[in-house]
Amino acid sequence: MDIKIRTEELRLSFGKREILKGVTVDVYKNKITGFMGPAGSGKSSLISIMNRMIDFEENATISGRVFIDGEDILDGEIDEVHLRRRVGMVFAVPIPLPRSIFDNIAYGPRLKNKNSGRELRSLVQESLKKAFLWDEVKDRLNSSALKLSGGQQQRLCLARTLALEPEIILLDEPCSGLDPISTAKIEEALNELKKEYTIVLVSNNTKQIARITDYAAFFYMGTLIEYGTTEKVFTNPSERKTEDYIQGKFG
Amino acid sequence: MIKKALTKEHFVKYILTAFALSSLLFLFLIFIFILSEGIPLFHKVGLKNIIFGFKWAPTKGSFGIFPMIVSSFLVTFGALMVGAPLGLSCAIYLSEYSGKKLKLFLKPALELLAGIPSVVYGFLGVIYIVPLVRNFLGGPGFSLLATSIILGVMIFPTVISISFDALMSVPKTYREGSFAMGATKWQTIYKVIIPSARSGILASFILGMGRAIGETMAVIMVAGNALRIPTSILDPLRTLTSNIALELAYATGDHRLGLFSTGVVLLVIIMILNYIATFAIRRRVLK
Repeated sequence: MDIKIRTEELRLSFGKREILKGVTVDVYKNKITGFMGPAGSGKSSLISIMNRMIDFEENATISGRVFIDGEDILDGEIDEVHLRRRVGMVFAVPIPLPRSIFDNIAYGPRLKNKNSGRELRSLVQESLKKAFLWDEVKDRLNSSALKLSGGQQQRLCLARTLALEPEIILLDEPCSGLDPISTAKIEEALNELKKEYTIVLVSNNTKQIARITDYAAFFYMGTLIEYGTTEKVFTNPSERKTEDYIQGKFG
Repeated sequence: MIKKALTKEHFVKYILTAFALSSLLFLFLIFIFILSEGIPLFHKVGLKNIIFGFKWAPTKGSFGIFPMIVSSFLVTFGALMVGAPLGLSCAIYLSEYSGKKLKLFLKPALELLAGIPSVVYGFLGVIYIVPLVRNFLGGPGFSLLATSIILGVMIFPTVISISFDALMSVPKTYREGSFAMGATKWQTIYKVIIPSARSGILASFILGMGRAIGETMAVIMVAGNALRIPTSILDPLRTLTSNIALELAYATGDHRLGLFSTGVVLLVIIMILNYIATFAIRRRVLK
């Protein structure tokens, strides 16, 4: 199995507050890897390092290494703008830009000077289809994205990430504000998408992790407690803490 | 006990209401005063002859203020040409690039700039800008160009502080979304942040215009006050405000009324600008 992302002894602190305390984890290609853990476990911060969105946090100090396809992305020479195209991100709160549905999806491709009408249109269509949103919006691509429902907005955000043609998709609790039906649609989309992409899903919802991930990692207070196939982690966890968390004894 | 507390509450409320309404009263009085003094001449000489008349010779019965209206708009436009790009750039720098510490230092400094009396700006204009224009570009130096530069600097703080607030009110999530889609900082600024803050930025320009068109002292000092429509940016000119300030001291009879008519025109222009600015700001809030 190919390793897509590998972190080595990754440490992160905001000022004096330690968020990650030496995390070493491998993320496999074309799998869905779930990061779970209670609030403050560092799981969201971990993925924001993977596409260097962490750069926008003031006073964040990082040490250790993060490899994507064997290349250290924390290297100062790496172009973080290019990296973010390879490693797309979907946020917890869906945040379409205040423009039309079409323009939201086309935003990324246009930045890359993909402007030719037909090519762009087919890319937008394909991205919306992959995000299971096409049928609901195909007749109103020019209306404002802000008019969509929460679940639709989140799938729009997934679609616009797909339009970047990334290799990796990071999802930071993408369903935390969604109803069960919208959640099911996102999960359905992710299941299809893993054929083409490597997916990292951060979630507080252990049931969701159990449902759709191939590998699961449990974080607690900035430390990776347990990591393995989802089946193993959920049926036969080797750590007491993991078991307690999965059974809902804390979190 | 309950009754007493309520009475006291009511008393405070009425007092405050009275004070609040008194500001409206002042506005109302100013309107009545200017209109009652200014309107009669419009009847006597004719609206068209005043607004579109080219000749201002109030002692000889000519009250044409068209050159001044044009001049007022020209200096306002010139001020905008100078102040808007500078002010907007500065606001973008402050909101997007500068660190917290620099922001803490720069914002009060800019507010201080707004507090400098206009006569000081005029003085600096006469001492530095006017000779510069005269020596390097020709003409008398007292000119549209010099006035535009001085007014541009004067509207600078207005443009910055209102644009800055508009830029800062763009949700952080828009920035994140844009960055996550592989946009550079500058791409994010001109594709997402500026369009989102558009109406606020527009409002800052319009309020800056309001300040420029109403400015008097600095303009009198550097504009040259010639009674004609300037044909080049190096020509001197006289604005509506300058006209009132320059002549009111010795004007009598119809001449005096003519200055009030000038004031009426100015008031109308400023009301229109304010209305547009309010409209722009309200649109932003509603969105």
